[in-house]
Amino acid sequence: MWTFLGSECMFFGSLIATFLVYRNQSTTGPFPDEIIDVPITTVSTFVLLMSSLAMVLALNAVQRNQANLGRFWILMTALLGTIFLGFQAFEFNEFFNEGLTPRVNLFGTTFFVLTGFHGAHVTVGVIWLLVMAGVITPKGLSAWTLLGAVLGAYAILVGILGLLDVIRNLSDVGAVIFIAAGAVVMVAAGLKHFSIPTKLNVASQAGNLEVTALYWHFVDIVWIVIFTVVYLVSANDSIETSEAIISGLHGGG
Amino acid sequence: MAEEAVISKFPNPFPRPKTNRGWISWVMTVDHKRIGTMYGITAFVFFLVGGIEALIMRLQLARADSDLVSPEVFNQLFTMHGTTMIFLVVMPIGAAFFNWMIPLMIGARDVAFPRLNAFSYWLFLSGGLFINLSFAFNAAPNAGWFGYANLTEVPYSLGDNTTFWLIGLQLLGVASLAAAFNFIITIINLRAPGMSFMKMPVFIWMSLIVQILLVLAFPVITVALIELQFDRLYGTNFFNPVAGGEPVFWQHMFWLFGHPEVYILILPAMGIVSEVLPTFSRKPLYGYPFVVMAGASIAFMGFFVWSHHMFTVGLGPAANAAFALSTMAIAIPTGVKIFNWIGTVWGGQVRLQTPMLFSLAFVALFIVGGLSGIAHASPPTDAQQQDTYFIVAHFHYVLFGGSMFGLFAGVYYWWPKFTGKRLGETLGKWHFWLMFIGMNITFFPMHWVGLDGMPRRIFTYPADSGWETINSWSTIGAFIIALSILLFIVNYFRTWRREPTYEADPWDGRTLEWSIPSPVPVYNFKEIPTVEYLDDWWAQKYPESVNAEPRERSPGQPAPAGAEDMLPLNGQDVSSYGASSYGDDEDHGIHLPDKSYYPLIAAVGFAFFGGSLMSAWWLTLIAGFIMMFGIMGWIFEPVNDPPPEEENPGGHPEGYSAEAGH
Repeated sequence: MWTFLGSECMFFGSLIATFLVYRNQSTTGPFPDEIIDVPITTVSTFVLLMSSLAMVLALNAVQRNQANLGRFWILMTALLGTIFLGFQAFEFNEFFNEGLTPRVNLFGTTFFVLTGFHGAHVTVGVIWLLVMAGVITPKGLSAWTLLGAVLGAYAILVGILGLLDVIRNLSDVGAVIFIAAGAVVMVAAGLKHFSIPTKLNVASQAGNLEVTALYWHFVDIVWIVIFTVVYLVSANDSIETSEAIISGLHGGG
Repeated sequence: MAEEAVISKFPNPFPRPKTNRGWISWVMTVDHKRIGTMYGITAFVFFLVGGIEALIMRLQLARADSDLVSPEVFNQLFTMHGTTMIFLVVMPIGAAFFNWMIPLMIGARDVAFPRLNAFSYWLFLSGGLFINLSFAFNAAPNAGWFGYANLTEVPYSLGDNTTFWLIGLQLLGVASLAAAFNFIITIINLRAPGMSFMKMPVFIWMSLIVQILLVLAFPVITVALIELQFDRLYGTNFFNPVAGGEPVFWQHMFWLFGHPEVYILILPAMGIVSEVLPTFSRKPLYGYPFVVMAGASIAFMGFFVWSHHMFTVGLGPAANAAFALSTMAIAIPTGVKIFNWIGTVWGGQVRLQTPMLFSLAFVALFIVGGLSGIAHASPPTDAQQQDTYFIVAHFHYVLFGGSMFGLFAGVYYWWPKFTGKRLGETLGKWHFWLMFIGMNITFFPMHWVGLDGMPRRIFTYPADSGWETINSWSTIGAFIIALSILLFIVNYFRTWRREPTYEADPWDGRTLEWSIPSPVPVYNFKEIPTVEYLDDWWAQKYPESVNAEPRERSPGQPAPAGAEDMLPLNGQDVSSYGASSYGDDEDHGIHLPDKSYYPLIAAVGFAFFGGSLMSAWWLTLIAGFIMMFGIMGWIFEPVNDPPPEEENPGGHPEGYSAEAGH
């Protein structure tokens, strides 16, 4: 896992480097100072950081063989992660409405690809956490529960991608149907699954959960860097700074 | 226990077949030896494909103003030749050796994650087939193996050529990364008791370094390719100058990956040579710690030299000077290695058998390539040589004269371990000398035409340029190389038909793999060895070499210890190819990982997913589902099936294989 995270460091390092290299290089708007809303993202950052706390508590509970408590904190971690993703979806939607798309300028390109890949990592983490929550039970994970959860999550993902126009051929109505159907399937699977009473040794799963936790904390830490670079440092980049940098490049080069 | 509960609850739609024979046992294998064999065979097929591409190019260039192929086809040929030889030949042949030799040399029974290993292979195969599939669509990649933006952007590269290239490369990148994680964990965690880091064979050291390079370099190219893919498919602006994007940024990203990549290509060969030279000189490797540390520092410095590929871009004198210095500094650890190899052979009882010939040629040819490399480490010189045939000569001396000779040394050296019989020595020597002579006739004259100004990647040249004679010689040389490879194939088939000799230690080797029977039994080591010395097997055979008493555990020669293993178990027919000559793995009582379909399903789903990005979105959905199905099945499939009482004794392997056909 550590080697995998090492390579993930280079992955996000490259994406962040791209963002920094192209900072203030946009030739047209919208520019960050017209778009970025630091307070809202601060809230979502706080949510994500709290999810790391929940993750620590979950691992601690599972290591002490407290199945119910551990499962509660795992689900809490996943919930906080999902809230963060909700903020991100809301933010992306706002930006689209204000005219910032990946195609319109370099800021849009680098912003959406960097934060989008981070969001994809959070999504993978949430799915992983849900699977772990399912594993931390006495009877284990029933195949049909798992299939329901996976299919549901997949349908929701497709729906969100449809809403965000990543899948262009999917109409908004179709996307909402996808999301709703996925949610129903997931909830049904969850209800069925968690109706099973719990009283068993879950400490054997602590090692697996620790790997999950490593991944989750890594995704969190990367977000701290992204938040700093994209939101705090670049929030005041404007048309003036861009023009100054671009003319400086051409004059001084 | 929760874990067991999970296992028993999951209905496994693809139960594991139990058969150890036939194609099905290869498709679902997780055995590192079989996977290594498959890597080797696949890579050799790609080697022939890439070689044919090279021969067509040489035919085209043999005469001035030739019109054998069109410029468009020529572009596809040199792009695919470079991409194939680097990603589909040298790297996977390296992977074949890693797969085979890492567990054997560190005294392990398999790699750390056997199913991940199978996944790597299937994804590599899918990626390789995917790139070559482009020929069927008449859309083979045509923008060079380095894919310089913004020539690869949509306005300059219409059609799907570049899209095939970038998606295929991402698949191969994921395959390499998965393999790299696996090998790092294997080397760190599965070494035999007593084998400290400084008692590891040099080949294992070089493998470890290569895997670390892969882990750190491949994400960079992945990001660059993702950015290019977004530009091409979704209209973003990463490399679009109109919107402020910088094509030069692509070059930085590419070479930040690309230069470590050349060490990924050469270090395995250096590791092989560092095993062959001591064995055939009957001397320990001269200055073992220096060779190891030189390898590590080459890899480390490899991350700080990338801009020497970009001296003519115009980065300014300060950047050029810094990168020229760091580039020249790499010559120091490389020189250390070369002197160590010479010091190893010096005064040894040298036996000039085929592996040794290839290794010595490696050292000589690598010096030639290294010297021309120092020549263009200097920016003013490079300004003259950039994009000429001088560069082509340079990197073929290090990649063909270096990597390929080193890898062929490994093929001849370890063939008895793979199959239980040596490759024919006479044909091997013919192969070597023809390849050596052909290689020098092909590539040495390129130095001259290059300095005379003949540019790379041109599909033809005018008759009055005066380059025709030299180019004809290069073409003749290329066909001599082709002849030598043909001899290798003949040698392979003739050896195949010979009776195995089952020599466990044909070369009087030094490292642990020679302490076990040839061909290697499926469990590798009957008893995990305990290591006391560097080159422990040598120390066991010749205790006086380390001033030690003979050890009780294992007698001096292999034959008495494992005599019953010297013959194939159960009297199975072992005349067929190499790794298929395993005994029945039921009766040895050694716990081995069970076979699985899921790596194959996940890998094919992954490749299908990548490819589907080029077409309809619903195809992507289906592919995504196959991929997730493979991954989920993989996670919930137990690593090993439960013990016998749950097994169905009436299970029919044939029935399973029919099911797998869907």
